[in-house]
Amino acid sequence: MTPTRHAIGLGLRRGWTEFVLSLRSAQDQGFYLFVAVGTLAFLWFNRDNELDGTGLMYPTYALPSILAGLVVFSVIIGPASTLAMEREDGTLLRHKAVPHGMQGYVTGQLVYHSLGLVPMLVTILVPSLLLFDELMHRGAVGWLVLAGALVLGLLATLPLGMLIGAVVPSVSKLGTWGMLPVMLLTAISGIFFPIQALWAWVQVVAQIFPTYWIGLLMRSAFLPDAAATVELGDSWRTGTAVLVLTAWAVAGMLAMPRFLRRMARRQSGSQVQEARDAALQIIK
Amino acid sequence: MRSARPDGPVISVNGLRMSYGQHDVLTGVDLDVRAGEVVCLLGPNGAGKTTTIEILEGFRSPSAGEVRVLGEDPFRAGDAWKARVGVVLQSWRDHARWSPRRLLSHLGGYYAPYSRPERPRPYETEELLHTVGLTEHADRKIGTLSGGQRRRLDVAVGIIGRPELLFLDEPTTGFDPEARRDFHDVVHRLSDLEGTSILLTTHDLAEAERLADRILILAGGRIVANGSAEALAREAAASSEVRWACGEDRFVHATPDVVPFVRRLFEEHGDAITELEVRPASLEDTYIAMVQRHQSGDRTVALTEVAQ
Repeated sequence: MTPTRHAIGLGLRRGWTEFVLSLRSAQDQGFYLFVAVGTLAFLWFNRDNELDGTGLMYPTYALPSILAGLVVFSVIIGPASTLAMEREDGTLLRHKAVPHGMQGYVTGQLVYHSLGLVPMLVTILVPSLLLFDELMHRGAVGWLVLAGALVLGLLATLPLGMLIGAVVPSVSKLGTWGMLPVMLLTAISGIFFPIQALWAWVQVVAQIFPTYWIGLLMRSAFLPDAAATVELGDSWRTGTAVLVLTAWAVAGMLAMPRFLRRMARRQSGSQVQEARDAALQIIK
Repeated sequence: MRSARPDGPVISVNGLRMSYGQHDVLTGVDLDVRAGEVVCLLGPNGAGKTTTIEILEGFRSPSAGEVRVLGEDPFRAGDAWKARVGVVLQSWRDHARWSPRRLLSHLGGYYAPYSRPERPRPYETEELLHTVGLTEHADRKIGTLSGGQRRRLDVAVGIIGRPELLFLDEPTTGFDPEARRDFHDVVHRLSDLEGTSILLTTHDLAEAERLADRILILAGGRIVANGSAEALAREAAASSEVRWACGEDRFVHATPDVVPFVRRLFEEHGDAITELEVRPASLEDTYIAMVQRHQSGDRTVALTEVAQ
């Protein structure tokens, strides 16, 4: 076995270990609970609202869309903040000092943040199916499409999260570099209300980025075919969605290693020391 | 895999310079470390010790000069090179949820493909935990370890790949005396049993004297002294302290030339001398003398190489 393959194997195990440790940590349990309760409460208070002139109940439209929004948010902000933090606390430096360590580290990150979607989806989907009627209209096919949409969405956005984590100057800058753009994008991507409510140029901008397309794929998984009339062009545009997301995935995976290598090259003990000193300053 | 000749230097640095913008940190460092040697780099804060070490570890690219570590340019060296080099890092909060045992066996795994019959890699986790004295804390969360325990873990991670060359940047900061003693034992063992070459920096001069075969003093961006602690003391012409007693009277005299002084003493007083004690200059005296001499600008004297 080549050292690279060996390192990737170690990375897979590392991702799994991090996932298990995260499930056991009160902090992360709290996070999953918070997201699930928040989402369910939002849907519950809007359970009697009907989407204007469609005959669709609001939770039916919003649940798949919100799931898409949450996937994008956690898969971008998760790795971005982990990377920015572990660059400052020395995790990355440790791996830089070890043969093929960076390959293992990156593999671990990809696995960990992908697995992190499972508890989030389960804690939202299971209670939703119990609380709301008629969420999944398409049965087994729908679940398959949902799985496909998740995988494609993950491939399209996870590299972006790693990329942001590699270039953001420090953890404290993450708000401006990561949170803000992702939230703005979520707001205009038809997650909480159909995109037609916005100006035409905003719709164009939203359709450049993955969030809108993941939401669209998710809705096509859950909603009946007739509901396609709510969408732009009265269609699910599945082909276009797959194409756009694949393009993002390819571009992201081509760009990611370059930025990660650049980040690793710059990593040094003094950098970790400076971050530590800065952190101690804040505590004082 | 290229490797340095067995008797050749494991580290060889010529004319190393490093500037950050307008600020020159290193202005021409030359140094060698031979296989199996323990070399200590001393110097005042800001002299460039950490910068030098980070360049040798391959974490930084120098502005100019030739740097060879285990026969390769560390900044461009590959993973096979990394497998032969150990770095003890000063971490502060990484892997907080992991346990020492888990982290060591995970990071050790990366060295397995580089195992050789004469140098099996990595160390066995249990053996290593025992060596650094972490056995009883092996399953605690790393986030709950004390500062000293954390540093021991850092040392364990640094040596887990059974390195041929080990870098230690201020390894015992925050150690209590007992932990320091244990750590010194670990260093001696690595050097004596494994033949590991070691380059360390420290502010603790007693530690330098105890551990190092050879001491380098870095000041003003270059090496201003190079030799064993005794040789440096001779070079610095630091005064030794002579105490003697003639009957009831006790005397103290500081002199750089102990032997002639003591001879004269006996010529004068002969059998009247009842006690005699000679305290050689400590490394601390030597160090202060060297650094002060350098800072006052007398570079020509300070730059002299001291024969071993």
